[in-house]
Amino acid sequence: MSQLPASLFDKVWDAHVVRSIPDGPDVLFIDRHFIHEVTSPVAFLGIESRDIPVLYPQRTFATADHNTPTIHQDQPVKDPLSAKQLAALSSNAEKYGISIWALGSPKNGIVHVVGPENGITLPGMTIVCGDSHTSTHGAFGCIAFGIGTSEVEMVLASQCIMQPKPKKMRITINGKLGKGVLPKDVALYMISQITASGATGYFCEYAGEVFENMSMEGRMTVCNMSIEMGARGGMIAPDETTFNYVKGRDKAPKGEAWDKALAYWKTLKTDDGAAFDKELVFDAANIEPQITYGTNPGLGTGITHSIPKASEVKDGEASYKKSLAYMDFQEGQPLLGKKIDYVFLGSCTNGRIEDFRAFAKVVKGRKKADNITAWLVPGSHIVEEQIKKEGILDILKEAGFELRQPGCSACLAMNDDKIPAGKYAVSTSNRNFEGRQGPGARTLLASPYVAAAVAVTGVVTDPRELLSEA
Amino acid sequence: MAYDKFTVLRSTAVPMPIENVDTDQIIPARFLKATERKGFGDNLFRDWRYNSDDTPKKDFVLNNPIYSGKILVGGKNFGSGSSREHAAWAIYDYGFRCVVSSFFADIFKGNSLNVGILPVTVSEGFLDKIFKAIEADPKTELEVNLPEQTVTLLATGESEQFDINGYKKHNLTNGYDDIDYLQAMKSDITAFAEKSLY
Ligand code: SF4
Repeated sequence: MSQLPASLFDKVWDAHVVRSIPDGPDVLFIDRHFIHEVTSPVAFLGIESRDIPVLYPQRTFATADHNTPTIHQDQPVKDPLSAKQLAALSSNAEKYGISIWALGSPKNGIVHVVGPENGITLPGMTIVCGDSHTSTHGAFGCIAFGIGTSEVEMVLASQCIMQPKPKKMRITINGKLGKGVLPKDVALYMISQITASGATGYFCEYAGEVFENMSMEGRMTVCNMSIEMGARGGMIAPDETTFNYVKGRDKAPKGEAWDKALAYWKTLKTDDGAAFDKELVFDAANIEPQITYGTNPGLGTGITHSIPKASEVKDGEASYKKSLAYMDFQEGQPLLGKKIDYVFLGSCTNGRIEDFRAFAKVVKGRKKADNITAWLVPGSHIVEEQIKKEGILDILKEAGFELRQPGCSACLAMNDDKIPAGKYAVSTSNRNFEGRQGPGARTLLASPYVAAAVAVTGVVTDPRELLSEA
Repeated sequence: MAYDKFTVLRSTAVPMPIENVDTDQIIPARFLKATERKGFGDNLFRDWRYNSDDTPKKDFVLNNPIYSGKILVGGKNFGSGSSREHAAWAIYDYGFRCVVSSFFADIFKGNSLNVGILPVTVSEGFLDKIFKAIEADPKTELEVNLPEQTVTLLATGESEQFDINGYKKHNLTNGYDDIDYLQAMKSDITAFAEKSLY
C-alpha cells in the first residue's frame, strides 16, 4: 500500500482528530493539559455554572507559577489577589482530582519546565495550556500550543478543542553554529528574519543539522519562541536525543509500555517529499549572538550591529518609530556599550539547567557589575537543586550573584519582580513588549551568554570576547 | 460563556492605526489577577489610556470623546502575543463587538470568536480607506453584516467581503459556543480516548 508522504505535523495532528466539521474546525483530542493559577479559575467557574464535571482529570496537571513570589516562598503570599488565584487553583485541583504542584511543592516550577522534566510531556502528544509558550513542548515532536480560557474550559469538559488545521512551514538550518551562539540566538535570528507576524497561520517544523545537534533544553528554547513569529507552534522530530532525555523520567512509560511507545515515536518524522505550504532555509554561519532593541521580538539584530534605520525595517515605519521612542533609542545607534540596569535570567525560555551553566561559564572568576541588579530565577525546584548540586551556585555567589526561587517572575511581572519605569533590562525571557516586565520597563531580549556578559560588564557586551579569554 | 448573538452591526468606529498591538497593551498582566470574568473593560489599554497617577492621557483615542462605537479598527497584526483571553474579554466588556484589521494574530482571533467578538479581516487598502473615512468624519458609520460576510463604509457604499468558517458563523449568529457542540459528541470522544496511547 502506498501512502502519500506526510509531515511530522500531519502525522501527529491526524492521529488526534476525533471529528472534522465540514466548513469548520477539527475536533482535536488533547493528551495533556497543563493549568496554572491565572487562566484557569474562570474556566472552572464556567464548567461549574453549566454543571459539567471534568471529563479526564488524570490528563490535566496543575502548577502554580505566574503569580508566585521568588523570595520567601515559605511565607504567605502578600498580594491578596495573587493569593486568591493560587487558592482557587488548589481548591479546584482538589475538588476535581487534578494533580497539582502548588507553591512549596518540591516539584513546583514553571509549567513548561516541569512538564518535560517529569516526563509528563512525551513525543507525539497533543498538549495545550492557557499560556502561549506552550509551544515549548514541540521540542518533543508534540503539537503543543497556547489556548484561551474558553478553550481551557472545553478541555476540562471534553478533553478536546476545536481548531482549524494550520498551514505548514518548515525552517531548515544547516551548518555549524559559531562560538558563543546559543539556541536563543537561533530563535531570535529566525524571528528577526521572518518578523513577529511572519509565521502567523502556520505551524513550524524545525529541521536540519543545527536542530539535530541541539540538546533538548535548546530545542525547548527554540520551540518556545515559535509563538513570537506568530506561529501557532513549532516542532522538532523526536530522535535519540529526545528518547534519551525522556527515558527514566518520573511519569515516562516503563518496561513494555516504553518499548511500545518507542516503536511508535520512531515513526514520527517527516517523510521525504512531504509538502509544506512554505519552506525557509537559513545558514548557521550567518547567526551571531543576538539582541533586540524594539518592542516586539522581531526587532532584533546581531549584537555587533547598530539599530536599523526606519527605512530598512519590514514593520510599518510609524510603529517602528513608536517602538524606538519607547525604548529611547535612536536609529543608527550602536548596541554595544549601551548601559544596562537589570539582568533577568529565567523564564520558560531560558530557565533550565543549561541556561544556568551557560551563565556561570561567563561569570566564573568575574564580578557582577555595580550598576546591575540581577535576578536569576530557576524554572523549577528541580533546576534549582541541580544548580546547587553541580556547584553552579558557588560560582554565582563568588561572582556576587544570588539565586531566587522558581517561577515566571519578571517574564511577565505579575509578582513583585518588576523592572522600574525607564530602566533597561537584558532578559533571557521571550517578550519585549511595552510594559511586559513592568510599566515603562525597557527590555532587550538575549541569550544567557549575553545576559551574563552584561551582568559582569554593566553594558551590552559581545559574550564572545569574554568566552575567548576563558 | 454566553454572549450576545451577532448578525448585523451598524456603528461608528474607534480608530487605532498602530501595527502589532499586542495583548500586553490590550490588558497588562498585572490586571489578570481576577478569579472572575468581570470588569476588564476598565483596564482595556490601561497603560496607553492612563498616566501612572491614573489620570487619563488626553491624546489616547479612547479618551477622545469624538470617537465612539462598537467597532474597533486596528492596524496590522492586531492581538499578537499572549494567549490571555482577558484581552478579548476587556474589548467585549468595554463595549466593542467587532474588531476590524488587515491581519490578526491567531490565538487572539480564536479567543475573540469564542467570546462573541467578530474579528473582521479586510485588505490593507480597505483598512486604509476606513481609517481615512473616520479621520475625515468621526461620526461615519460602518456596517458589519455577518450573514452576508460584508463590511461596508456607509458614507460611500464601498464594501468588502470577509472570511469566516460556516461553523463559527453559525455559532456567532445563534449565540452558541463550542462547549455545547462538544457536549453533544461525548460518546465519540470517550471512544476515541480509549484507543489513546497516552
Ligand atoms: S515564564 Fe513567561 S512565558 Fe513562560 S509560562 Fe511563565 S509567563 Fe508564560
